[in-house]
Amino acid sequence: MTGILLAMSYTPHVDYAFQSVERIMRDVNSGWLLRYMHANGASFFFIVVYIHIFRGLFYGSYKSPREVLWWLGVIIMILMMATAFMGYVLPWGQMSFWGATVITNLFSAIPVIGDYIVTLLWGGFSVDNPTLNRFFALHYLLPFVLVGVVVLHIWALHIPGSNNPLGINATAKDKIPFHPYYTAKDAFGLGVFLLAYFTVVFWFPNAMGHTDNYIPANPLSTPAHIVPEWYFLPFYAILRSIDDKLTGVILMFGSLLILFVIPWLDTSRVRSATFRPIFKVLFWVFLADCVMLTWCGAQLAEGLPLLLSRIGTFWYFFHFLVLMPVVGWIETPRPLPTSISTPVVAKPAE
Amino acid sequence: MRIVLFAAFATLLIGFAPVEVKAADGNVELTNQEWSFDGVFGRFDRQQLQRGFQVYREVCSSCHGLDYIAFRNLEAIGYSEDQTKVLASEYIIEECCDDQGDIFDRPAIPADYMPNPYPNDQFARASNNGALPPDLSLMSKARHGGPDYVYSLINGYEEPSAEVEAEMMDGMYYNVAFEGNQIAMAQQLFDDLLEYSDGTPATAEQMATDVAAFLHWAAEPKLEIRKQTGVRVLLFTFVFTVLAYFLKRRIWADIEH
Repeated sequence: MTGILLAMSYTPHVDYAFQSVERIMRDVNSGWLLRYMHANGASFFFIVVYIHIFRGLFYGSYKSPREVLWWLGVIIMILMMATAFMGYVLPWGQMSFWGATVITNLFSAIPVIGDYIVTLLWGGFSVDNPTLNRFFALHYLLPFVLVGVVVLHIWALHIPGSNNPLGINATAKDKIPFHPYYTAKDAFGLGVFLLAYFTVVFWFPNAMGHTDNYIPANPLSTPAHIVPEWYFLPFYAILRSIDDKLTGVILMFGSLLILFVIPWLDTSRVRSATFRPIFKVLFWVFLADCVMLTWCGAQLAEGLPLLLSRIGTFWYFFHFLVLMPVVGWIETPRPLPTSISTPVVAKPAE
Repeated sequence: MRIVLFAAFATLLIGFAPVEVKAADGNVELTNQEWSFDGVFGRFDRQQLQRGFQVYREVCSSCHGLDYIAFRNLEAIGYSEDQTKVLASEYIIEECCDDQGDIFDRPAIPADYMPNPYPNDQFARASNNGALPPDLSLMSKARHGGPDYVYSLINGYEEPSAEVEAEMMDGMYYNVAFEGNQIAMAQQLFDDLLEYSDGTPATAEQMATDVAAFLHWAAEPKLEIRKQTGVRVLLFTFVFTVLAYFLKRRIWADIEH
């Protein structure tokens, strides 16, 4: 919604984009509010989606019969990343320009067709006006694709039904109607979310952006330190952990694509980590690893951060490729309750 | 209840993390000031902004542009419509073109943007020993530390130690707030360089504070309305959330969970 209104006042041209964004901030009625809500909305979308993904990893929501649901979720995340990246390019500040240069150049690492792909992305031989124009068009298009996949995601959810913290199959007596129970619960959740979101929008609107993006793009002056938005930092750390460009690119995309195969990598039949003593510990280690990679992504790729991002990258893949299958075999899960209501009824009422 | 505490904690974490001024490169020293526009209800001090504008106009504007500020915008810092007309008319705009196709000069009107001191970047570099004086419209948002950075930079000129001085490039000045500590701009503000129209003693420190506040306004002119709107939006959301919480508890009361 904010995007449609912003697009009405935005000019996708290298000479006017930055200026038109400033006009939105200064002269368009409530333009500053639209833009701050739009930019921070993207960040908060990532916050909730990342929480959602980690919850899925903890409770084993990717396991049978919910693989399709999980895959659609991964597709949503990748689409979000593409959308957010292209959106960040549009204000045409220094970080927009150089971020676009770094990320599009990744494709040049692909053998044989890499250079061709990059030229196609750029619409020329460097990041320039055609790049900005196509990114604007795609940034407008992709959210609609995203909505489509979200609909599929919800559809896929309704076939097996939601998972639960116990990770066991729910029976009819365990279920309650969505309305009023979940509409009421989600209304409260929405309130908590909005409190955090509005605090940032109205008091710290630039905290999650980079100061360099208030400098107009200048192809002749490279910023000392090119960093992406915070939600890309762990992947950026993985990319930079390897000296060889192609390997780095493969690892970075691999770190996303590996999520598609974890329904097979996890050999345990128990879904919820609540009943898996070893996996539970490993989950928290993995979460800490991702946080560490996020930190590394914001530092210069040298010294300690580089070492840590190498360890972090190793652990990221080690977790999925080795620990997940092996722990599934060797671990003895705690006994599962026979139904969802059993542990609730057993414990004294709160 | 746990989720409420967690959310409050997360809000605090997100909210206060960026307040710390991060030194980008170890050798950058910023002095933190107290600004009238800090905090939940922060507002600009109009008197200070006008003093800052005076410093910009009489000192900075000889080299630095303020491209995104039009004279009409000055009404927001407390000048009347007539005053902005007078202020604008003191500037000359080159207009293209008259009926003969010639460029002609005319006095500026409130709708005009502040004229840049240089016709183009090459000219600006040629006049400044190769350095390009950056536009100041967004300076306060384009550097870590914002107004503290601007203040620290203008006040950050010191005598370098002998060994540092030996390594300085020609025509560069030592500045503790500038990344790399070598800046092409010489110290500009000295005590009593100008006379404030409101009678405030024009110490170098006073002028630096005022112009930093003015530039923060120039970078974020909607700050006041943003914070005022925020208070109302947040109060509304807070009431909504509390009601939603009790509604949820009541609806779930007949469910064992």
